[in-house]
Amino acid sequence: MRRRLWFGLVVVLLLALVACSTKQSPAITDPKSTEAHTISGTWWLMCGLASAVYLVVGGLIVVALFRGRRKGGPTPFRIRDNTFIVVGGLIIPAAILLVLGAQVVHASNNLRQPEKNPLHIEVVGKRWWWAVSYPDQGITTANEVHIPVGRPIEIGLDSDNVIHSFWVPQLGGKVDLIPGQHNIWRLKATKSGTFRGECAEFCGLQHARMNFLVVAQPAATFDQWLVRHQLPPSGPDNQLAATGQMIFMREPCSGCHTIRGTTADGTIGPDLTDVGSRLALGANTIPNTDGYLSGWIVDSQSIKPGNLMPPIPMSSSDLQAVVAYLRSLK
Amino acid sequence: MSTVAIPVPEATVPVKGEGRPTPWWGMVCLIMTEATLFAGLIGSYFFYRAASKQWPPPGIEEPKLTLSIIMSFVLWGSSIPMIFAERGIKRGNQARLRIGLIGAWIMGAAFLGYSMKDFSELHFRWGQNAYSSIYYTTVGLHTFHVFVGLVMSGVVQIKAWLGKFSEERHVTVQVYAMYWHFVDVVWLFVMPTFILSPHIK
Amino acid sequence: MAVTDVPSQQTHGKIHPEELEEIWADAPGTPGFFSTIDHKRIGMRYIYTAFFFFFTSGLLALVMRDQLASPNNHVVGPEVYNQLMTMHGTTMIFLFNTPVLAGFGNYILPLQLGTRDMAFPRLNAFSYWIFVLSGIFFYASFLTGKAPDGGWFGYTPLTDKAFSPGINLDFWGLAIVFVGISTTVGAVNFIVTAFKMRAPGMTINRMPIFVWAILSMAFMVLFAVPAVTLAAALLELDRLFGTAFFIPHLGGNVLLYQHLFWFWGHPEVYILFVPATGMVSMIIPVMSRRPLAGYLWVATALIAIAFISFGVWVHHMFATGMPVQAMSFFAAVSLIVVLPSGVQFFAWIGTMWQGRVRFTTPMLFAIGFLLIFLLGGITGATLATMPFDWQVTDSYYVVAHFHYVLNGAVVFPIFGAIYYWYPKMSGRKLSERWGHISFWTMFIGFNMAFFGMHLLGFLGMPRRISTYPSGLGWDGLNMISTIGSFVFAVGTGITLVNWFHARWWGKEAGPDPWEADSLEWATTSPPPEFNFASIPVVASRHPLWDQRPLPTANPNGDEATKSLGPEGAEHHQTPETTGLDARPTATLDLPHPTYLPFLVACGIAVFFVGLLIQAVLVGIIGVAAFVVALTWWAWRTEVDLA
Ligand code: HEA
Ligand code: HEA
Ligand code: HEC
Ligand code: CUA
Ligand SMILES: [Cu+2]
Repeated sequence: MRRRLWFGLVVVLLLALVACSTKQSPAITDPKSTEAHTISGTWWLMCGLASAVYLVVGGLIVVALFRGRRKGGPTPFRIRDNTFIVVGGLIIPAAILLVLGAQVVHASNNLRQPEKNPLHIEVVGKRWWWAVSYPDQGITTANEVHIPVGRPIEIGLDSDNVIHSFWVPQLGGKVDLIPGQHNIWRLKATKSGTFRGECAEFCGLQHARMNFLVVAQPAATFDQWLVRHQLPPSGPDNQLAATGQMIFMREPCSGCHTIRGTTADGTIGPDLTDVGSRLALGANTIPNTDGYLSGWIVDSQSIKPGNLMPPIPMSSSDLQAVVAYLRSLK
Repeated sequence: MSTVAIPVPEATVPVKGEGRPTPWWGMVCLIMTEATLFAGLIGSYFFYRAASKQWPPPGIEEPKLTLSIIMSFVLWGSSIPMIFAERGIKRGNQARLRIGLIGAWIMGAAFLGYSMKDFSELHFRWGQNAYSSIYYTTVGLHTFHVFVGLVMSGVVQIKAWLGKFSEERHVTVQVYAMYWHFVDVVWLFVMPTFILSPHIK
Repeated sequence: MAVTDVPSQQTHGKIHPEELEEIWADAPGTPGFFSTIDHKRIGMRYIYTAFFFFFTSGLLALVMRDQLASPNNHVVGPEVYNQLMTMHGTTMIFLFNTPVLAGFGNYILPLQLGTRDMAFPRLNAFSYWIFVLSGIFFYASFLTGKAPDGGWFGYTPLTDKAFSPGINLDFWGLAIVFVGISTTVGAVNFIVTAFKMRAPGMTINRMPIFVWAILSMAFMVLFAVPAVTLAAALLELDRLFGTAFFIPHLGGNVLLYQHLFWFWGHPEVYILFVPATGMVSMIIPVMSRRPLAGYLWVATALIAIAFISFGVWVHHMFATGMPVQAMSFFAAVSLIVVLPSGVQFFAWIGTMWQGRVRFTTPMLFAIGFLLIFLLGGITGATLATMPFDWQVTDSYYVVAHFHYVLNGAVVFPIFGAIYYWYPKMSGRKLSERWGHISFWTMFIGFNMAFFGMHLLGFLGMPRRISTYPSGLGWDGLNMISTIGSFVFAVGTGITLVNWFHARWWGKEAGPDPWEADSLEWATTSPPPEFNFASIPVVASRHPLWDQRPLPTANPNGDEATKSLGPEGAEHHQTPETTGLDARPTATLDLPHPTYLPFLVACGIAVFFVGLLIQAVLVGIIGVAAFVVALTWWAWRTEVDLA
């Protein structure tokens, strides 16, 4: 019995841990979309079945262990071995599996089906960041996907390098980004909020820091966001930022990054047209503040070793200017 | 846990001539696993084909047929002298063994020669695209098997000429013949896939 | 209980064991080391070597756990982490689990079948040498300072030259092909041995379940390993010779790689699991003092697993965006594969139910296995439920699942098997007391280390990340997991110490310390080189329980039966029997010790080194050595036969 106790203790401990930690976690048991809802429903159904199976079968094991040790040996058992095996190991499990099978059919028939009038978004997996675009609206951004709540979304997923996988636990399951194959993930968010997204397929050095954010907004707020981002950024609004723009165009930055409405049109790095308004930098590795941004520009390698942006040495005044410029891009 | 009676006495009575020798079983296993390897390659071929719009891909013409079909029949035909040899040694006939082996060897060598020529005349490199890669690899692997078969035949033939086989002892011949037949049978699948099927649109 | 062993067998024979020993002994010292083809020595070597890799790769895992213990940790950087992760997974699967089971199979199978060696003893030595050399080859990658880092399934295009230009992935790809030779050859040997070498009277439905399990495993190997060989070989062709199999812009297809890999990958996990269940099916009945319940059901389940395992591989690819209808089929088959495991499970419970359980260390490990595998199997069934898998695939939930099955449902039985068969192998018993301590440490450590990973998966932690930020609710669980893995490691260390302690100071075990039923317990511990002076005759599934005293064959001078008695041992022979009803058909001359297997393996190793460093000359030398040695071998075969 010692073992059971230990086991119970560990489980309770862990459950307690979970209880106080789910709040901040991108947990699949905290669904915020139709798909995530269905799946977490599936999970709770399975959790019930699984616990029942574990308790019953585990219980049988424990009883079986101690039955024969009583005085006088095991009492003869009325059920024959083969009956026991067939009923316990074949028939009952088959019945349970039928339930699961039905759930598979049911859920996969309902999920990921095309719906009318979806919002199209294109996501391309890069090493190690995400290029995001809204082809119908002509918007390009990176590492941040804005979606309206309640409207069907179709996210086209591609890669021109290695395989990545697009995963927003609170919004639903994964879909891989596979070179040479166009995948589509469909979802409908049910609640607004900012959700953590992750790359879930091992993609090399910085797989761990290839994250992103999905910002689900009420339709009205989303529309405002769209409108604001469709306009090209108004040029720098102060002297420092204007200097910054000049430096940005002069330094190698513009060879790798695009800023709409300027001569910078590189495609190796993320589009920076709206970098000032993003919530995080480096594929959700560091917060988007002046300090972190300048740290990133001077030596992104110490923040995200091996990423494909080289360290760019700069005088501190230049750096200040570039940072001011980038922060002004909203 | 009751004590059962002494074993059934027949258990130790030999049944001679029944069952196959261990090398036969070993060769069957080897053939099964090798066949799976070829099945994997052929499966891959169709996988590529299903995923592409044009087959063979642009710039590559369909494999030539005439000579290829003729030589395929030479290869398949080489099983006949091999059977002749096998049957021969089963009856202790050394001459049949030697003639059959050499006959099969010549036919196999002719096929190998044709294959080499065919490879040298291909207009594409193996790295050109997936089609060329799978073509070179699969057909090449089969050709390699023919080559290995011919080398093995060499060892068996030397033994045959030294008179090492007899009516009772000829497992090596039997097992080698199985391998040879297997190489032929594989071609029965590889050739229609790689040579014929591209002509079917 | 039946006590029949060499002494009683002598009465039939005319010669003394000492003379036999002379006939069967290996050359002493180094020559004997390289030339031996005795299945017991090879089996032990397999076990030792595999355990060396277990501890090595376990240590790598501990470093990984160190790194993951707390957020934003800096024990190792991402570069090293990826290498650790890849080496850990690859080693555990290819260089520990598969070979350690082959080791037990090698040691135990001929003894359980009542024969004197494997069907192809030289091939047996060969497959061992290939295994060691491929292990050395693989680990030599550390010398380059950069070990393979593409994950244990090495998905393209990440592992293509374009994204992994270094030589490190060539070590990986070539090692996979290399070690596959060993596994395949070993499987052929098991199949032929199980079908052709059984003691007279051991009809197919009297084979011990462990033999059934090995047989099932061997058949899976034959049909599965070619797929991974192909995957790795095509990858290497791409890398070394510039083919275009997996290069998307040249019409290559990266999903093909995944299909090939998992077509092997799924059967592979059962290749590991099935022999482990075979061990459990030997231990539980003996420790419950009764025959296994539902023998035929269990045997059928083992075969069924082998079949069904080939129809489920796509469940590793549910997130690749294939058509849902196609994938549902594989989801359904994945659910069906649960049933044979259920059958086995209830057979074990039924056995204990009507028995009197002895809580010996092997039994404890078997019980631990039951409790752990139950959970691991159930999480497997949840993973097969496709929409749910979309969420948890590539998350720590999967890591939890496969450690519950690989580390729990395979490693626990292996530890049980060590405690169970060690007395046979060494003649001495391991300490029960330390066995119990080791078990409890491992069991508690194991659950601490891996249970929380299920929850981490739910909390959205992807696998194969070298670090993670704080504030996501993952910190505590990861810390517990790290502590647990150290506890688990200490538990395994206790058994290690126990092993070496018992080698010299353990209690004498005697031929049959557990009062077991199968034939390996009919001979002395450790068994003599020839295993049985005269071959036992079997009339029951449980010869040592039902046949007292165990009768041994009394040959009548006939050509086909003379090897049954001590005469066979005297002539370095063993009987060959028919596949189904095990009646003697012929006499098999066992080959004598030879260096050829070692030489052939070395030739192949040199060839692989040539490929690795792209040196044509080295490759040719390897092939030449290989061909010469092999021809010689083929030549010698006839000599041995004649
Ligand atoms: C020993 C190894 C082993 C074993 C035995 C299993 C057993 C099973 N596995 Fe597991 N699996 C792995 C090793 C193993 N697995 C590994 C290594 C991976 C990951 C590879 C990687 O990505 O790196 C993996 C991944 C994996 C996946 C893919 C996850 C993903 O990547 O998204 C799936 C999905 O279907 C799966 C399913 C199953 C199922 C259905 C079983 C079944 O066989 C389990 C059956 C057993 C039981 C269910 C318990 C006993 C039954 C009963 C008591 C009857 C009653 C039970 C019920 C009614 C449920 N496994
Ligand atoms: C049989 C298979 C097997 C086994 C036994 C293990 C054992 C362990 N595994 Fe393993 N693991 C895999 C197979 C296995 N693993 C596979 C296939 C992967 C996937 C890889 C991939 O994604 O590519 C994986 C991945 C994997 C990960 C995920 C990595 C990631 O996704 O980022 C982690 C993380 O915690 C982990 C941890 C462990 C730990 C702590 C153990 C522990 O059980 C290890 C315990 C340590 C030891 C047993 C050895 C040390 C002990 C001693 C040296 C004795 C000490 C002596 C004294 C104290 C006297 N493993
Ligand atoms: C050689 C190409 C290259 C050059 C030159 C380059 N970058 Fe980058 N940059 C990248 C890449 C690639 C990333 C994405 C890194 C990652 O997250 O993995 C990036 C990321 C960034 C980001 C974070 C964007 C986000 O949303 O996460 C900023 C800001 C940035 N670069 C600014 C600059 C500035 C300023 C310069 C010049 C001083 C510069 N870059 C020069 C390639 C480059
Ligand atoms: Cu991109 Cu992992
Ligand atoms: Cu699987």
